[in-house]
Amino acid sequence: MGFIEIRDLKIEFTKIDESGKEVPGKVALDGISLDIEKGSFVAVVGMNGSGKSTLAKCLNGLLIPTAGRVIVDGFDTANDETIWDIRSRVSMVFQNPDNQLVSSIVEDDVAFGPENLGIEPAEIRERVDNALIKVGMFELRDKGAHMLSGGQKQRIAIAGAIAMRPDCIVFDEPTAMLDPKGRAGVMQIIRDLHSAGITCILITHFMSEAEQADRVIVLKNGKLLCDRTPAALFSDREMIERAGLEMPPEIELRDKAGLPKELVTAEEIADYIAGK
Amino acid sequence: MIRDITLGQYYPGDSMVHRLDARTKIIATLLYIIELFVVNNFWGFLIAAVALFAVVAVSKVPLKFIFRGLTAVFLIIAFTFLLNLFMVDGRVLWHWKFLTITYEGVSRAFFMAVRLVLLIIGSSILTLTTKPIELTDGLEKLLKPFSKIGLPSHEIALMMTIALRFIPTLMEETDKIIKAQQARGADFESGNILQRAKSLIPILVPLFVSSFRIAQDLALAMEARCYRGGDGRTRMNEIRFKKGDAAAAVLMALFLAVIIASRYITL
Repeated sequence: MGFIEIRDLKIEFTKIDESGKEVPGKVALDGISLDIEKGSFVAVVGMNGSGKSTLAKCLNGLLIPTAGRVIVDGFDTANDETIWDIRSRVSMVFQNPDNQLVSSIVEDDVAFGPENLGIEPAEIRERVDNALIKVGMFELRDKGAHMLSGGQKQRIAIAGAIAMRPDCIVFDEPTAMLDPKGRAGVMQIIRDLHSAGITCILITHFMSEAEQADRVIVLKNGKLLCDRTPAALFSDREMIERAGLEMPPEIELRDKAGLPKELVTAEEIADYIAGK
Repeated sequence: MIRDITLGQYYPGDSMVHRLDARTKIIATLLYIIELFVVNNFWGFLIAAVALFAVVAVSKVPLKFIFRGLTAVFLIIAFTFLLNLFMVDGRVLWHWKFLTITYEGVSRAFFMAVRLVLLIIGSSILTLTTKPIELTDGLEKLLKPFSKIGLPSHEIALMMTIALRFIPTLMEETDKIIKAQQARGADFESGNILQRAKSLIPILVPLFVSSFRIAQDLALAMEARCYRGGDGRTRMNEIRFKKGDAAAAVLMALFLAVIIASRYITL
């Protein structure tokens, strides 16, 4: 039994035809079954349109399964009455840093989630300060959100998720719109959160990010293609090709240099080379 | 330049005026504007002006910022002044062809101009010393009693907060669209008014579409952060009346009495 249990999940979008009737449209996810353990760091990868963002939205009930079930910490996402119990346990950070901040002032935005949960003002203040310290933005707490860079805005969004004190944070391509520096900063925060015991689910199309997880889930055309450790995935060239993905450059280097297949992240490979 | 507009014209500071509850300031400003129309003679205006500049001095907002608001409406003030100057009947002071200036016209024109100047300075003090978020919070609390008769006070305040937040985002979006259309050879600078208005369509349509996309993203993000309307929501910075607000209320009452009394001054 995992923290999140997904059973035969199917998501089918409906569309409106010419006569104005609702007809079945694209099947975004089909027959997905997964268990996500508490405290794990799971990456979800796949080509555009593989259904990875749709899967993310199923994890906190933003999308309700057409068929199958998603159970979070014992609560079914299809149950309207417990939806807020789920969303306070599973926070989410979206791709576009601009379109997820609600308030113009940094600390007011971080406070938005806890305020919605109806928490006492003194505790909100403490949570907001802590969250801002964790993402390294405490000094900028009274600045206007529009003055910040994309990477900084994304850190504010993460602080907003942390301030909810969730068990799990789903990151839906959080680095896709950032420059390399902003991307590295966000990844560092995700690793820190994982070491602090928070379950991290990272949707990404950067393989160099996926290789830092404990476990990589590969989707293709809405179906689960494979589910393994990064070491196992990134030593299987055929699987990477079948998924329509690309080997990260450090793995290419590892294989061309004939280094052991257990090495996955750039750090591990660099350490191996330096130690040799 | 875009960055200036967004935070309203708030002038950061820590004066007594800054620290007042936003509700106190909103009510005081409204009251002051009403009082300006109660005043009917020179002494009343003198008292109103002195009181206003006392508040400006306490707020420590530089005069430069105070008068900046006036330049924008200078034309309106000048127009009202001239209209009053020539249009009021009474004892003739000066006459030339069809133009007549009367004694009553001069005094009415001066009073009207002074009234407008004080009104604008008075309301800029409110926006200069109050953060936009405090302003919307204050408004939400003030409108709360009306929610019983169906006025959505929380929603109005949230709409204002989001509007303030997204002004810079939409400005950037507009900028991007203009550049993209110019790169495709769109011409926004030549032609008569009608042609120029037409050339705005390729900007407005994409802007409209993209604001809907932004709204959808934001709605999803708010839902993910457990937003479910104003009920059961708490605030990190609860605004509450303090000693300073009580003092301000006493001063306001005193000022109201003086203004009403000033109507009967005859020197």
